[in-house]
Amino acid sequence: MQSVGVMLCVALLSFSLFNFVGDPINNMVGEETSTEERAELRETLGLNDPIHIQFGRFVVNAAQFNFGKSYQLRRPVSELIAERMPATLELVIASSILALGFGVFLGVYTGINRTGVLSNIILFVSLAGVSLPTFVIGILFIYIFAVILGVLPSFGRGEVVQIGFWSTGLLTASGLKALILPSLTLSLFQMTYIIRLVRAEIMEILQTDYIKFARARGISNRSIYFGHALRNSLIPVVTIAGINIGTLVAFSIITETVFQWPGMGFLFIQAVKFVDIPIMSAYLVFIALVFVAINFIVDILYFLIDPRLRTKSENRDG
Amino acid sequence: MDFLEITNLNISYPTRRLLVAAVQDVSFSVRKGEILGLVGESGSGKSTIGRAILGLLDEPGKIEGGTIQLENHDLADPATEISSFRGKRIGLIFQDPQTSLNPVMTIGEQLIETIQTHLQLDANEARKRAVALLDDVGIINADARFNDYPHQFSGGMRQRVVIALALCADPDILIADEPTTALDVSIQSQILALLQKLKADRNLAVILITHDMAVISEVADRVVVLKDGRIVEMGAPAAVLGTPSQTYTKSLVSSVPPTDRRIDRFPIMGAEQNHAADHNLKILNRWQLQKNTGASLVRVEALSKSFSSEGFMRIGTNEPVHAVRNVSFEIREGESFGLVGESGSGKSTIAKMIVRLIEPTSGAIFFEQDDITTLDGPALLAFRRKIQMVFQDPYSSLNGRMKIKNIIAEPILHHNARLERADIDHYVDDLLAAVDLPASSKERYPHEFSGGQRQRISIARALATQPKLLVCDEPTSALDVSIQAQILNLLKDLQEKLGLTILFISHDLPVVRQMCDRIAVLKDGAVCEIAAAEQLFASPEHSYSQHLLNSMPKFQP
Repeated sequence: MQSVGVMLCVALLSFSLFNFVGDPINNMVGEETSTEERAELRETLGLNDPIHIQFGRFVVNAAQFNFGKSYQLRRPVSELIAERMPATLELVIASSILALGFGVFLGVYTGINRTGVLSNIILFVSLAGVSLPTFVIGILFIYIFAVILGVLPSFGRGEVVQIGFWSTGLLTASGLKALILPSLTLSLFQMTYIIRLVRAEIMEILQTDYIKFARARGISNRSIYFGHALRNSLIPVVTIAGINIGTLVAFSIITETVFQWPGMGFLFIQAVKFVDIPIMSAYLVFIALVFVAINFIVDILYFLIDPRLRTKSENRDG
Repeated sequence: MDFLEITNLNISYPTRRLLVAAVQDVSFSVRKGEILGLVGESGSGKSTIGRAILGLLDEPGKIEGGTIQLENHDLADPATEISSFRGKRIGLIFQDPQTSLNPVMTIGEQLIETIQTHLQLDANEARKRAVALLDDVGIINADARFNDYPHQFSGGMRQRVVIALALCADPDILIADEPTTALDVSIQSQILALLQKLKADRNLAVILITHDMAVISEVADRVVVLKDGRIVEMGAPAAVLGTPSQTYTKSLVSSVPPTDRRIDRFPIMGAEQNHAADHNLKILNRWQLQKNTGASLVRVEALSKSFSSEGFMRIGTNEPVHAVRNVSFEIREGESFGLVGESGSGKSTIAKMIVRLIEPTSGAIFFEQDDITTLDGPALLAFRRKIQMVFQDPYSSLNGRMKIKNIIAEPILHHNARLERADIDHYVDDLLAAVDLPASSKERYPHEFSGGQRQRISIARALATQPKLLVCDEPTSALDVSIQAQILNLLKDLQEKLGLTILFISHDLPVVRQMCDRIAVLKDGAVCEIAAAEQLFASPEHSYSQHLLNSMPKFQP
């Protein structure tokens, strides 16, 4: 229910883009169009209808992924998005796997070895990860790996293979190579968050009675760290990681620009340049949809991870 | 030679500034088939000894000297591979069964994991053994409950699971650190009986660590009394607790609320006794004392409260929980009225409704003839001034970022904003004096005080508005027994001098017997019996009251 409300709010926002950011007719037609023609176009497009009817139409269309045509490219927006979506999603998924995998592992490691030299190095480097803006890291990576070492491509997706409507770069060597730098750049920021979060959680959980009791029963350290402690630390991690995957999609704008990655963020930036409102509003709605979907998945994951949520709380204080 | 022998054990916690000696020159031994009680107040080092045996001291604790001899191994020697003893030879269980089990693993997983760590068994055999263990510790229907999660068990059942886990590999010694402190009395007596049965069946050596003298006198075969990390006295419980030879043991024993009679005041050893309240009269100058007529001050009529569970994606039915059902009673001016019951009996919920922290679902509460459930605005404020609360946990009930003087002055300002600054300062001084705290305390912060002192601050804060009714929700259950005796004495004195009416809520029957004139026994949100205190303890009428009194551990020195 909440998600429907959120989506409607976002739809209202992106709808108002049409109406308040410049005149849509001006954006569509050339300068030589006469006033009569403009009025006629206005009528056929339904722009003279009351606002709530226009909004209703927008919502209905948006629900069918119909956002009209791009002003600049003269193609349906839904088609453009479908074309670009695979690139962005592959980038985001690759970098979330990197962020989660390394983040959780390094978080557990630094949580256990609080004072070790390696832990301090990891924490120091990860601090740099948050402090430096994404585009600086991206450019730095390009400079090191593409310009100096020349081992990885500096832009684009490499060769792609078409599977149905989905164009994937995961099946070719050049596609995979091209994925490394942008996904690493994108994941670094989130990885830092996850490392620090998991570390803090692990440190707290290692102080709890059930860990002490597990120790007292002679359970091995490995099982305590990766069985007992990690599973309990996952609950907040899932929350943060969920929100972060949403932000990854949003953050990918910068990374895609730096690496000239032909994804939706790149499309959006170009749309902003040309005030291409249908693309902008569609992008807005899409991002909101991603967030809502992820939140839904996170809620379900809670139930899988934490058995206490599955049944009603039974113990109440007298 | 005894089974486990500890000789001249020294443990210290080095901190930046000084070395804290937690345990000094402690020597004792345990035989198989014996329960050894380690008893002492907080800071006596009793838990530290228990953990040291398993090499599980918290950082930066360190064994400085002495030996812990188990057969021919010295567990205090850093060269000994101590982790191979954990669980296998020595089991350890902790105080709180709520937090001792991993909440996201089923009890079956935890049992099988522990069994397979120590014994070469396949999954099937391990499961069989686990179910047998659960049977042994008295889990009914063990096979069916095997895949349940810890939160699906009650506190007592959880502690049984914890004990089963500690027994997975048939250890020779079980160290039980306050195993019943977090449990209700009737559950406590079951767990203690279980420990005794296991001791006999398995020829187990049990080290029972507790602050509870009554528990020790009921189940221990020998007792060691500790104070500040040193052994004060040891021997058979009847001798040590009955005819203590040391001053400390004497004072400790005398602070324990007797179960069999009512005493006027707790004798406090060392301090000048019964000096009580000559100097606290100062606040009386501000107090509008009225003769207590014995008329009804609070009348609760057919009070009920149910909570309905709500939330996003709730699975299962939304049956409301009936925390309080149709409760009626009356508190007379100047008396101490006790609400007694186990956890979940609704006693705290009733108290919260009387002070209007929560709203009742139905029923009425009359305070001085006004129905307070409908009060609002200035009338509610005036009512709140007359009723104040002292909470259980002295650590969380004081704002850690406020100075003591501001904590105590806040209710004064809230209810009487016209007072002069200097006058308020005097008033705070008087209140602190009334609870036997030095005036210099007011510039300090709560963390600088001990639990007992904080509870005194709470009482001073409650007195600041000159209430008629003081609601005390388990005011001493977080305190050591000698501190408890002081706080209970203080409450008695204040009540006498200030003509307070007290609603006293507790699960601790001996304490209630010492404090209350009349008592209501609660079970599952309903009143079982209301009786005068002495009458209730002498001849309880309701079967549940009888059951409660029977399961109460008797301390008879």
